[in-house]
Amino acid sequence: MAVLVNKDTRVLTQGITGATGQFHTRACKEYGTQMVAGVTPSKGGTTFEGIPIFNTVDEAVSSTGANTSVIYVPPSFAADAILEAVDAGIELVVCITEGIPIIDMVRVKRVLKDNTARLVGPNCPGIITPGQCKIGIMPGHIHHPGSIGVVSRSGTLTYEAVDQLTRLGMGQSTCIGIGGDPVRGLGFIDVLKLFNEDSDTHVVVMIGEIGGSSEEEAALWIKANMRKPVVGFIVGQTAPSGKRMGHAGAIIAGGKGTAQDKIDALKNAGVHLAPSPALIGQTTREVMN
Amino acid sequence: MNIHEYQAKEILRRFGVPVPRGRVATTPEEAYAAAKEIGFPCVVKAQIHAGGRGKGGGVKVAKKAEEARELARKMIGMNLVTHQTGPEGKQVKRVLVEQGCAIKSELYLGVVLDTALSRPSVVACAEGGVEIEEVAKRSPEKIIRESIDPAVGLLPFQVRRVAYRLGLPQEKVKLLLPLLQGLVKAYMDCDCTLVEINPLVLTGDGGILALDAKMNFDDNALPRQPEIAALRDTDEEDPKELEASKYSLSYIALNGNIGCMVNGAGLAMATMDIIKLFGGEPANFLDVGGGADRERVAHAFRILLADERVHGVLVNIFGGIMKCDIIAEGIVDAAAKIGVKVPLVVRLEGTNVEKGKKILSESHLAIISADTMAEAAEKVVAAAKKSGSRTS
Repeated sequence: MAVLVNKDTRVLTQGITGATGQFHTRACKEYGTQMVAGVTPSKGGTTFEGIPIFNTVDEAVSSTGANTSVIYVPPSFAADAILEAVDAGIELVVCITEGIPIIDMVRVKRVLKDNTARLVGPNCPGIITPGQCKIGIMPGHIHHPGSIGVVSRSGTLTYEAVDQLTRLGMGQSTCIGIGGDPVRGLGFIDVLKLFNEDSDTHVVVMIGEIGGSSEEEAALWIKANMRKPVVGFIVGQTAPSGKRMGHAGAIIAGGKGTAQDKIDALKNAGVHLAPSPALIGQTTREVMN
Repeated sequence: MNIHEYQAKEILRRFGVPVPRGRVATTPEEAYAAAKEIGFPCVVKAQIHAGGRGKGGGVKVAKKAEEARELARKMIGMNLVTHQTGPEGKQVKRVLVEQGCAIKSELYLGVVLDTALSRPSVVACAEGGVEIEEVAKRSPEKIIRESIDPAVGLLPFQVRRVAYRLGLPQEKVKLLLPLLQGLVKAYMDCDCTLVEINPLVLTGDGGILALDAKMNFDDNALPRQPEIAALRDTDEEDPKELEASKYSLSYIALNGNIGCMVNGAGLAMATMDIIKLFGGEPANFLDVGGGADRERVAHAFRILLADERVHGVLVNIFGGIMKCDIIAEGIVDAAAKIGVKVPLVVRLEGTNVEKGKKILSESHLAIISADTMAEAAEKVVAAAKKSGSRTS
């Protein structure tokens, strides 16, 4: 079953004509994802390697039946791109873009409140159901189909974790990067709920970071609702407070959002914590045995 | 991005927040002139990007212009240490000379991003002039919050609710409306992450004034806020971090001796964490980013190697957007230009990994390679220890 995306998902690329859009549309198509359309205003009527390009998401949807969008649009236009996709009836919007102003995302979330569309990201690597559908920038070859659900705020640290899992023979059901921004679409709890209900997912790996309180909130939800084992890792244990560690959401402010608080909260909820980023796979193996 | 108190007050004043009359002075003579203009008593306040200035001796009252000049003479050039600056303190380059006022009571008023609600929130407290985190810890019930719906903004009934919960006298309740709505408008229009007035004072003559003001801005929004971006004080920033930002590198200086270059903030933090786990101390956080080109990688490498405390460098790359061959070319470029005098451990994985490894092996650079993060951390910690003990 997997979660949110599979071999039937029909994906359009917003920002298809930019270098990043081109590179990753090609890579996802090669992986086997159904890349059915592209959108770049003013480039409607052209094609990219056989994929038709449209001026608007509306046109792309009615022409090709796309139900999912991936966004590689620059930060000053990305919030608008998300809202255009939502308005056109796209069910799942995956926004890769890093650097979107926070207040723009506050407004996007306000619109999403009254809408059934789901947003993954922004500032995320995307979502992949190995062997079926890859949407985003993650290297497909390190993934393998299986029963571990992965949810993470990071990009490359997620690849590291997935690589460890694959090498230990534990494939993944779906991997979702929820992104490094403080205001985001799907959060930990949203994804944990999906994994909880997914018959293909037997264990969840959850990777969090300093900043905000989403891991602490997730811990409360896990304690009350989660029926499957969760392996966790919180990065940034050596981060100084008050500094933004790359990700807009990764900042310890006013004593809140420390790695230790999150680790304690997750431990309290029965989450199995990996003692090192190099031992995420190993910890999962131990939990599965 | 942070700005000084005097800059925050100027912005807030334009949004309708009452602030004390004040003038900035960069020399004792300017402070003298400013004090004469402002009147007495006046307050001389050191301008640095940190709180706790009062306790550190950076806020003093002057009753005569000569006093103001003397205070400015002592403060300007002083290294002010507060509980927020760290032991090294911050150099004071200017002071704000401000009208004094009789304080009847002090409140706290701020606008922050509430990440749980994905909305900005007004935060208010009848206990002002102290650290709000302290109050939140010991008396959380004293913290008043009003969430701001971006569709309609902060509504007047919400302002009234704050005013009555603060226990404001009736004649002040009306004053709070333009003040708080102005504060919220400033937050939204200027793309802030934090706006804080602590304390907001009720004055002896029946007025209300922002006695201190702090504004932090969303770095992501600076490209569309050129007037705000122009307020940046690069003197307040670490020179290495400043240099790195010129090349779109995300760099933060730490205290250790193992330099790191990583792609992706999460993996970069994990690399810092694992170095510590293996007994080493990271010298920095550095995210070279997903779209980095050869030149940017070379700049990153140069900045790392320019840090004299660095006794070893760990490059940990898991390529998604970042291609391993681009990283490898950047490393070879930098090494050729600068010369690598400390042990260099490189761990590559992901997109184009074989190409990358090939470029490194054909370069004849003395590179210690590692296949896993743990192996890389172990090797660089050991190598840095040896290298450090040789040079000392």
